[in-house]
Amino acid sequence: MKNIILKTEGVNKFFYDPIEFQVLKNISFEVQRGEFLTMIGKSGSGKSTLLYILSTMDTDYKGKLYIDNQLTTGLSIDKLAELRNEKIGFVFQFHYLLNEFTCLKNVMIPALKLGKMDPKEIEERAYEKLKILGLADQALKPSNKLSGGQQQRVAIARALINDPLLIMGDEPSGNLDSKNTNIVFDILQDLSKNYGQTIIAVTHDEDFAKKSDRTIEMHDGEIKSA
Amino acid sequence: MNINADIAKTYIVSNKRLTAVAALGVLLGMSVYIFMNSMMVGFDRSANESIFRSTPHIRVYKEDIISQVLVQKHPENYVIINPKIVPKNNRIINPNLVCETISKEKDVTVVTPQVNTSVFYNNGKSQITGLAIGILPNEANQMYNISSFMVEGSFDQLKSNMNGIIIGSGIANKMNVTIGDNINLTSSKGVNRTFKIIGIFKSNNSKVDKVNSYINLSTSQQLLKEGNNYITDINVNIKDPEQAEEIAKKLAAMTGYNAEGWKQTNETLMAAFRMRRIVINFVSLTILLVAGFGIYNILNMTVTQKINDIAILKAIGFKGKDVIRIFVTQAVSIGFMGVIGGVILATLIIKMLQHVYIGGDIGYFPIRYELIKYLQGVGIGMFITFWAGYIPARKAASVDPVSIFRK
Repeated sequence: MKNIILKTEGVNKFFYDPIEFQVLKNISFEVQRGEFLTMIGKSGSGKSTLLYILSTMDTDYKGKLYIDNQLTTGLSIDKLAELRNEKIGFVFQFHYLLNEFTCLKNVMIPALKLGKMDPKEIEERAYEKLKILGLADQALKPSNKLSGGQQQRVAIARALINDPLLIMGDEPSGNLDSKNTNIVFDILQDLSKNYGQTIIAVTHDEDFAKKSDRTIEMHDGEIKSA
Repeated sequence: MNINADIAKTYIVSNKRLTAVAALGVLLGMSVYIFMNSMMVGFDRSANESIFRSTPHIRVYKEDIISQVLVQKHPENYVIINPKIVPKNNRIINPNLVCETISKEKDVTVVTPQVNTSVFYNNGKSQITGLAIGILPNEANQMYNISSFMVEGSFDQLKSNMNGIIIGSGIANKMNVTIGDNINLTSSKGVNRTFKIIGIFKSNNSKVDKVNSYINLSTSQQLLKEGNNYITDINVNIKDPEQAEEIAKKLAAMTGYNAEGWKQTNETLMAAFRMRRIVINFVSLTILLVAGFGIYNILNMTVTQKINDIAILKAIGFKGKDVIRIFVTQAVSIGFMGVIGGVILATLIIKMLQHVYIGGDIGYFPIRYELIKYLQGVGIGMFITFWAGYIPARKAASVDPVSIFRK
């Protein structure tokens, strides 16, 4: 039985500034549980725009988006925030950690926000996640004291803390050197294979995309090949 | 600790210098507000005290009236060529009954009749114009607390000595007289009488000290060639002087005579007080507001600096109101630090000023710790701080994370 985690139906999006322009044209696809999906395409092909719609942060689109068999289109911003908190983990191009906090705290924040466990347990879990990513010894350092590759791994640990349904990455290896890119990719692949983690990542790195389970290629706002 | 508060705390601690500058602004504004307002209350109180040494809360009297034609229907037929005030009419009829009626009123603490006489004080060749106030010693002392500002002699002797007089220190200096000396008074009715000085008083008002003297009520009636039921003023003190105006209206309606509250009597002084109050309120509030702008500025800066943080927080599931809470908590915490510091600094300033001698009629700086002004200051300070934080926080809450990530 297929286990669909994310589904879009006829998603269209327009930009109006400076002129009306259709970025996404009738996008419909499904993502299975445990799948490692990458989206590639040239700059301006709409792949990042699509990712932000999938992430529920961009609500200005036409069509329907289902996450975990729940229609998210039209939900209130607060409801979507709760949904993101619980079900989606994010990894961004520029790692986006909170600089004033320690790595450990950065990892803990989404769980503290969710508030399902007491802080002691969360701290233990955060340590666990950092250990998986090989950063246990960096846990108490301020996050801006780490190298780029390390920061990206902390960001992945943060994305994992609430055991999300899916992880979304916007060029997760975007500004890393090849060595760190490989590390990040290996981690994501490991998560997908050994932990059954669903991952959707946008990338322009063909090698990166080739190693994933499935690649969607975007071209001028349409899915060219899936 | 709640995660929102935790993040706010981190922002406060990680940017100590900005926090200190903002808190210092509130501290200064706060202390100036409390100090200036306490000073104003002190000034008002000392001025009121000085007023109440010679003015009752309410004065009941009969207005002099202009002579009128007898037939009101056709006044044009009865021309009065030279209308004048009819002097005999300013007496209160049956003053004892009026006093009794007034004293039954609630809130009234002291009721005492009084007869003022314009006099010349004579001693040898020197002569000063002045005002002899005829009083019933016991009741008048309850009202004005005269014995508290006596500098020589004893007030109690006035009760037993019908020829006794208590004069202001200014008169005593000018006429070079002291306790036990005789002084001659000439009234406006031409009555001459010699009094024995049994006391000298010094109020806060040197003008009063140069003009006023206290004598027995019956003696002052004699100076005016009047009988013992001649009363021009009935003075009333009440529990709360601030209500004088309202109670005066009630007394006027009840007795049929004019009743005037002390604020009305001292209208010019009150106008000056009001002006002072407006200026001080305006200045102190402005200073507090400027401190608020300090917080607003720094919060605005923090929001701009942390725009990436805000975007990431929103992406990982923080709602708009969580973001507002974070920044309002930050602002209110800074404000609270400033307020605490301001309260301490204000207390120190007041403590210091209490020991500053001004001299003149005032003596030591008339300032006290005014709890109400402290509370008011803290309240207004926190209110301004809240809004100074809320406005940038709302801006932060409306940040669209996608637009930040796409840059």
